[in-house]
Amino acid sequence: MSKNKILILFSHPLFEKSHANKELVKNIPESENITFHDLYEEYPDFDIDVKKEQLLLSEHNIIIWHHPMYWYSCPPLMKQYIDMVLEHNWAYGKKGKALQDKTIFQVITTGGDKENYCETGSDRYSILELLEPFNQTAKVCNMIYLPPFVVHGTHNMTKEDYEKNGIIYGYFLDYLENSNLDNDEILQYHYFNEWFATIQI
Amino acid sequence: MDTNFLLQAIIYLSAAVICVPIAKKLGLSSILGYLLAGIIIGPFVLGFIGQEGQDIMHFAEFGVVMMLFLIGLELEPSKFWKMRKFILGMGSMQLIGTTIILFLGCLLFMDWKWETTLAISLALALSSTAIVLQTLKEKGLSNTSVGRSSFAILLFQDIAVIPILAFLPLLSTVNLEAANDAPQSLITGYASWLQTVIVIGIISTIYFAGRFLFVPLLHIIARTRLQELFTASALLLVVGVSYMMQLIGLSPALGAFMAGVVLANSEFRHELEGDIAPFKGLLLGLFFLGVGASINFQLIVDNPMFIFVFGAILTLVKFIVLFFTSRYYKKKLDQNLLLAFGLSQAGEFGFVIMSFCMQLNIIPSILANQIMAVIAMSMVATPFLLLINERIIYPNTRSQEKEIKKDNDYIDEDNPVIIAGFGHFGSTIGRLLKANKVKSTILDNDSDRIDVLRKLGFKVYYGDATRLELLKAAGCENAKLFIAAIDNPTVNLKVIETLKKHFPHLKILTRARNRIDAYELIDHKVENIYRETLYSAVNMGVDALVELGHRKYTATRQGQQFIKYDEITTRKLAEKRHDKMAYMITIKEEIELQEQLLKSDIYSQIAATNHSWDSEHLKDNLAD
Repeated sequence: MSKNKILILFSHPLFEKSHANKELVKNIPESENITFHDLYEEYPDFDIDVKKEQLLLSEHNIIIWHHPMYWYSCPPLMKQYIDMVLEHNWAYGKKGKALQDKTIFQVITTGGDKENYCETGSDRYSILELLEPFNQTAKVCNMIYLPPFVVHGTHNMTKEDYEKNGIIYGYFLDYLENSNLDNDEILQYHYFNEWFATIQI
Repeated sequence: MDTNFLLQAIIYLSAAVICVPIAKKLGLSSILGYLLAGIIIGPFVLGFIGQEGQDIMHFAEFGVVMMLFLIGLELEPSKFWKMRKFILGMGSMQLIGTTIILFLGCLLFMDWKWETTLAISLALALSSTAIVLQTLKEKGLSNTSVGRSSFAILLFQDIAVIPILAFLPLLSTVNLEAANDAPQSLITGYASWLQTVIVIGIISTIYFAGRFLFVPLLHIIARTRLQELFTASALLLVVGVSYMMQLIGLSPALGAFMAGVVLANSEFRHELEGDIAPFKGLLLGLFFLGVGASINFQLIVDNPMFIFVFGAILTLVKFIVLFFTSRYYKKKLDQNLLLAFGLSQAGEFGFVIMSFCMQLNIIPSILANQIMAVIAMSMVATPFLLLINERIIYPNTRSQEKEIKKDNDYIDEDNPVIIAGFGHFGSTIGRLLKANKVKSTILDNDSDRIDVLRKLGFKVYYGDATRLELLKAAGCENAKLFIAAIDNPTVNLKVIETLKKHFPHLKILTRARNRIDAYELIDHKVENIYRETLYSAVNMGVDALVELGHRKYTATRQGQQFIKYDEITTRKLAEKRHDKMAYMITIKEEIELQEQLLKSDIYSQIAATNHSWDSEHLKDNLAD
């Protein structure tokens, strides 16, 4: 099979202080098929180069929005990215087929525990429900939206926990690069990582 | 017009045009170029001009007057007042010290009359304002501690000329009335108390007329929008004040200086500067040409021993007195040396005093001419002495200083960042870095600033950043980043050339004054160029759009886009510039470049208008 080409759109306004994300990013495999794109490093003034970003998107077939969960949503630069890059008649609209059939999902870090993200928990909604706007955005662009890869409880983690999550992320990306995904099967799960835990490597 | 005049003008101008660039190319000061040009066209080499060199000098001395006017403009009254201690202290120390040593020395070893000796000692104690100030300006040292000390001494000398000229007739056996060519003033007839009153009156007239008459007059002239009228009034001011000062027997240079100080606070300061500066430059050049042409080589050939030995001793005496004066005022070794070498010559006032003495019969004419030759020789020697100081003595003294520092508090570590030039631009960068706990090494050539910086805990190297040894000492081998933030674009470029040659792996971020500088830097393959005229101008443009009712965020995005496009077009135009075989950018080409820029700007406007958040655009699109 031909390998998957993965684009990681990473948004973190204070990356240097995020233990969880440092471990995750550190474990991204060195591969010509994986592009790590650090948006806050590239566009500190929020002045996004639309043409360049569109070209990057069209060169990959799996897109990952990798970001921390802030106020139940993404950091502002990622929203700016969505607003500016996903142009009418390019990403959506009658002539907008550029992203058609590409796979997209989110990699999310959050301080809160998984138990809180339910109807009776303090966060009242599940992660999946909270990510509905992103899901719908992907749908409008005719993309395949898969469940998120979520790292919960980053506020109470030990160094070992961070490292463990990082290693899993590395394996996960490696698997993604080299395998055909069974989307229907993955969509059965709330989280991408829950599905990945069932895989024997 | 008199063809003879035109021919003379051609001789002077071509001598200057040929010799000065050669001197510059050889790394010598322009003064030396002018002097050599003068010698070459003078009566003893090519003989294009005869003995009139002296007359030219008298005429061209007016350049010195203009120079002092310009210095006055730079010096606000409050700053002038702060310098009074140095002017009086260093000035009198130098003048009295030199005069006494010369006087006693000559009394012992020469069989001159004591009156003659005293007159000669006084004449030789004065230094050359023209040479020193021009040199300081060329080396960019006017605003340093050395510059200010030199200036203080020179100003005191300028003031001292007045009592000296008044005092000389007392030495004369000739009746003053007989010497009717003597610089007479209108007021010599009056009683001395009345003279004093008149002098004070005139000085306060200059002050009040400058403030309440001349500035309003300039307002009226500025409104006529006739540039040449403004130039004319600036000249009128300088000439007028000089004339008035001469009438009451004061130094015109001093008067011009005071007029400058009075106008330093006015809003026309920069216009006046711009108008007078070219005249000053030309006249000073002519003055140095005159000095070169008036050197009487016949006298030197007749008695070379006397001229050279006396010249050398004179220079040595002046050097020693200046050195210790500067030391007494607790300047550093390198400053002492620079000051002492810089002012070690005799000056143009020496010529004036000598010719005056001849009229008064204090000095025999041959001796006076010999002394004038000595003065001219010592003036010629100064640029060479400074060169020796710069190339040979200075590097050694600097290393000594460094070792002393090491003993005290010198922490020798290599910082990741080196900042060359710590003026307003460089210091802003330095502060930002320091606020983020990044250590930087600083190169600067103002030793006063360096003291302050050292106290603040910066690692500072004093000196000329174009010199390879200094760059090495500052740690360019191991630094990650070099920030070139020197005020003078030419110097900045030189530093970058040296860096590119010797430290090819060092990352350079450089300041550029404007687009033209940026082109040069692009030619040198510098990646990170920061035009000081780009970012603040765009910010201001953005605010202008906002003031006109544009939304701030949209205006800000336009500004961001504009900077991007401007940087791209600058690089394009930098290449295009070479197609036209034009290394020298003429005004016409500059206009052409601006036109091309304006054309491409329209594209940048279109590009910035992308359609995010624009529902009108979306509606139009859906309607199609």
